[in-house]
Amino acid sequence: MGPFIVQFLTGLSNASALFLVAAGLSLIFGVSRVVNMAHGSFYMVGAYVAYFAISWLPKGGFWFWGGILIAAVVVGLLGTVVEVLLLRRIYRAPELFMLMATFAVLLVIQDLALWVFGAEDLLGPRAPGLDGSIQILGALMPEYDIALILIAPLVLVGLWFLLNRTRWGVLVRAATEDREMLAALGVNQKRLFTGVFFLGSFLAGLGGAVQLPKGGADLLMDLNVIAAAFVVVVVGGMGSIPGAFLAALILGELTSFGVLFIPQSTLVMMFFVMAVVLVIRPYGLLGKPEGVEHTVSELAQWPLRKASRKLRVTGAVLAAVLLAFPLFAGSFQLILIGEIAMFALACMSLFFITGPGGMVSFGHAAFFGGGAYAAALFVHHVNTPMELALLLAPTCMALLALVIGWFCVRLSGVYLAMLTLAFAQICWAVVCQWGRFTGGDDGVLGIWPSPWAGNEVIFYYLAIIISGGGILALRYLLFTPFGYAMRACRDSRLRAAAIGIHVRRRQWYSFAVAGMFAGLAGGIYVFSKGSVFPYEMSIPRSFDILLSVLLGGIHSLSGPVVGSAAFIGLEDLISRVHFWRLILGSIFILLVVCFPQGIAGYFSARFAKEPGDQEAGSERSG
Amino acid sequence: MQRHGKEKILEVKGVRTYYGKAQILFDMTFSIRRGEAAVLLGRNGAGKSTTLKSVMGLVSPKQGEILFKGRSIAGLPTYKICSLGMGYVPEDRRIFAGLTVAENLEVGRRPPRAGFEPWTPERLYDLFPNLQVHKDRLGGRISGGEQQMLTIARTLMGNPELMILDEPSEGLAPVIVDQLAATLENLKQDRVTVLLAEQNLGFAGRICDRAFIVDHGAVCHDSPMHELSAGVCERFLAV
Repeated sequence: MGPFIVQFLTGLSNASALFLVAAGLSLIFGVSRVVNMAHGSFYMVGAYVAYFAISWLPKGGFWFWGGILIAAVVVGLLGTVVEVLLLRRIYRAPELFMLMATFAVLLVIQDLALWVFGAEDLLGPRAPGLDGSIQILGALMPEYDIALILIAPLVLVGLWFLLNRTRWGVLVRAATEDREMLAALGVNQKRLFTGVFFLGSFLAGLGGAVQLPKGGADLLMDLNVIAAAFVVVVVGGMGSIPGAFLAALILGELTSFGVLFIPQSTLVMMFFVMAVVLVIRPYGLLGKPEGVEHTVSELAQWPLRKASRKLRVTGAVLAAVLLAFPLFAGSFQLILIGEIAMFALACMSLFFITGPGGMVSFGHAAFFGGGAYAAALFVHHVNTPMELALLLAPTCMALLALVIGWFCVRLSGVYLAMLTLAFAQICWAVVCQWGRFTGGDDGVLGIWPSPWAGNEVIFYYLAIIISGGGILALRYLLFTPFGYAMRACRDSRLRAAAIGIHVRRRQWYSFAVAGMFAGLAGGIYVFSKGSVFPYEMSIPRSFDILLSVLLGGIHSLSGPVVGSAAFIGLEDLISRVHFWRLILGSIFILLVVCFPQGIAGYFSARFAKEPGDQEAGSERSG
Repeated sequence: MQRHGKEKILEVKGVRTYYGKAQILFDMTFSIRRGEAAVLLGRNGAGKSTTLKSVMGLVSPKQGEILFKGRSIAGLPTYKICSLGMGYVPEDRRIFAGLTVAENLEVGRRPPRAGFEPWTPERLYDLFPNLQVHKDRLGGRISGGEQQMLTIARTLMGNPELMILDEPSEGLAPVIVDQLAATLENLKQDRVTVLLAEQNLGFAGRICDRAFIVDHGAVCHDSPMHELSAGVCERFLAV
C-alpha cells in the first residue's frame, strides 16, 4: 500500500509543475489566440535563472523561495519583451503566423540558453528545510514533493480570484470572447495583452523554478514540457484554468503509474489520452464550444483566383528552367532541387487542407513519413517494384487519412490540429516500437529506384514530374466544384450546410485527398533517399512542413512552393554552422516581421494593382 | 422643441471606406450638433453600418476626415475614440456570453465625465429592471430583448457624450421596441447626442430630430425628421 500511495503523491507533484506551465499557456492562448511554442522555453529559462539566483543569494529557506520568485519575475519580463518587441507587430497577421514567430523564439532561446547557461545539465539545489523524506506506510516520500503538491491548488485559487474578482480579470475574460467589442468599449488591448503575457510567462517560469530541486535544469526541458503542456491544455479545454488543473492531475497520475507498467511510453500515452478525450469531448474536459465568431471588421480576404497570365508565364519559365537544369547543374544540386520539389508537394497537400480547407494539421508528417514507410515496407518485405510502390504509398495514405480524418473533422481549430498531432504521434510510436516489421529506430534501408530510373538525371525528372504534377493537380482541384464546396465549408459551415453541402463529409474527403498526396510525396522521397527513419513521421517533421507552408504564406496558392524552397534552402545553408538555431530563428523572426503575409503573399500583395483593375488580386492568389 | 447647442459634435467629411478592394462609402458627408438625435436611414447594404464603424475606428477610412468635438479621429485606434466620449452599440449586440450581466456592465465602465452624473449599475438597473433580476446570470443566457438592453446599458457605463446605435430595434418585439424608444428619449433629456442607423422609420421618428438618407454609400438627402416627405421615403426606403 505504501509504495502505491507514494506513487500517487508523486503523480500529484508531477502534476503541479505541469499545471503551472499549462495554466500560463492556456491563459495566453485564450486572450491573444497565440499558440505559444516558446512557452516551454520560458519554463526552461525559469529553471536556469532559479538555479543561478539561488546559488547567488544567501542560504536559507527565505532566500530559496525568494530565488524562485525572482526567476518567475525574470521570465515574466522576458515574455513581456517578446510580446512587445515581436508579437505586438504581427497581431493582425493570420493566427498561424504567430505560431511561426513563437517557434522562432523557441529556436533562438535554445541556442542562447546553450551559450549563456552552458551545455552541462545542472543538478537542482535542495530546498532548505524540505530536504528530507517522510515515511508513508513504509515507503519514502521526499518532503519537497509534498510542498509541490500544495503549490498547484494555491495557484489555482489565486488565478480564480484574479480572473473572477478583479476588473482586470473580467477584462481578460471578455477579451477571450470578443476583442473588437472590448476595444469599442474603450479598453486598450495592447496593455491587456502585455499583462496577460507577463502573467502567463511568469507562471511558466514559476513552473520551471519550482521543479528545479526535483528535476534540475537541462537544455531539453523546453521541448519535453511544451508537448506535455499542450496536451494538458487541450485535454482540459483551451482557456479553462480549472480544466488545465484537472487534466494536469489526470495526466500526472497516468505518467506516474504508466512508468511502472510501460516505461517507454509516457508521452505517447499522453497523446493517446488526448485522442480519446477529444473524440469523446471535442472541446476538452471543461472547455466550451467556441461561440459564433464575430468576423473582425477589417479582415476582408480575397478569394483565390485562377492563375493570371503573369503567373502562368512565371510558371512556364520555372518549368523550363527545371527541365533544363540537368544541363548545367551538378548531382548535388539535382538532388537538392528534387528534394525541394517533393517537399513542396507535401507542403501543397498540407496547404490544401489548411488554407482553402481551413483545417490546420499539426501531424501532416504522419502521411508524408507514412507514405515513405508504406513504399519502403512494400519494397523491403514483398519486393514490390518502384512503380507499384509509388501507387501503393498514396493509396495506403488515403486510407489512413480516411481513418484519422473521420475523427478529426468532428473537431475544429486548435482542437483539430492537436488531434492530428496525437494521431501522428501514435503512428510514430507504432513505427518506433514495432521493430520487427518496421525496423524501429534503425529504419528501413536499401530502397532504391528501378534500374531504368537509377540514373540521377532520370530520377530527377521523375521527381519533378510527379511532384509538379501533384502540385498542379491539387491546384486544379481547388477550382473544381469540390474545391469551391471545400472553401465554402471553411468560410461558413452553417451557410454551406444550408445550401446542401455535407460539411463534414466534404472535409473528410479533402483530408483524405491531402493525405494521399502527402503519401505520394513521401513515396517518391524514400526512393530518392534510399532509406527511411522514424524521424520522417515525427513532430519536428510535421513542423518542418507546417513552417514551410507558413513561410510561403497561408493565403497564397504558390506559397507552398516558395516556402519549401526557402525552408530547404535555408536548412541546407546553415544547418552545418554552429548556433544554426539562433540564425534560423532570427531569420524567421525577420521574415515574420517583414512579411506578415508570407513571402509569396507579400510579393503578390505588393505587386497587385490598385482597386478597380480586373487583373488586380489575381497575383495574390497565384 | 429642444434647444440644441450650436457646436457640431461630429463631422464626417468626404469619407471613403473600402473592404479590401470593394468600395462601400463614397464621399459620406454629414454632421450632427451636440444634443441632437440623428438617424441614418437606408436600405440594406446602403452603407449605414460601415459609416458607423468608420466613425468608431473599427474600419479605417481610406480618405476623408472625421472630426469629433473638433478633433480629427480618423485613423485613431478604437479604444481611444471610445475614451474621447463616444459609445457604440453594435448591430448584433455582442454580449460577452461567458460573463454575467453585472460583469458585462463592468467591462463598459469608464471614468465619469465632468458635470454629468456618472452611470452606475444601480442607475441602469432602475432603467432596465430586467437586468437587475438577471444580474448574476450569464450574458448568453438572457433573452434577445434583455441582451439588447444590456448592450445599451454596457455602453452607457462608459458615460458617452455621443451614443452610436446600429439598428437597435432589429429583431425585437414591438413592446420592447417601445421600451427602447422611451429609453433613448430619456437619454436625450440627459443631453447625450444620439446617432442611429435604422430601417424602422416609425422607431426613428419617435426619437430623432434629423434624418440623413443613405444610398450607395453617400448621404443623398438631409432634412429635419418631421419634414421627411413621403416621396423621399418611397424613393429611398421602400423595398
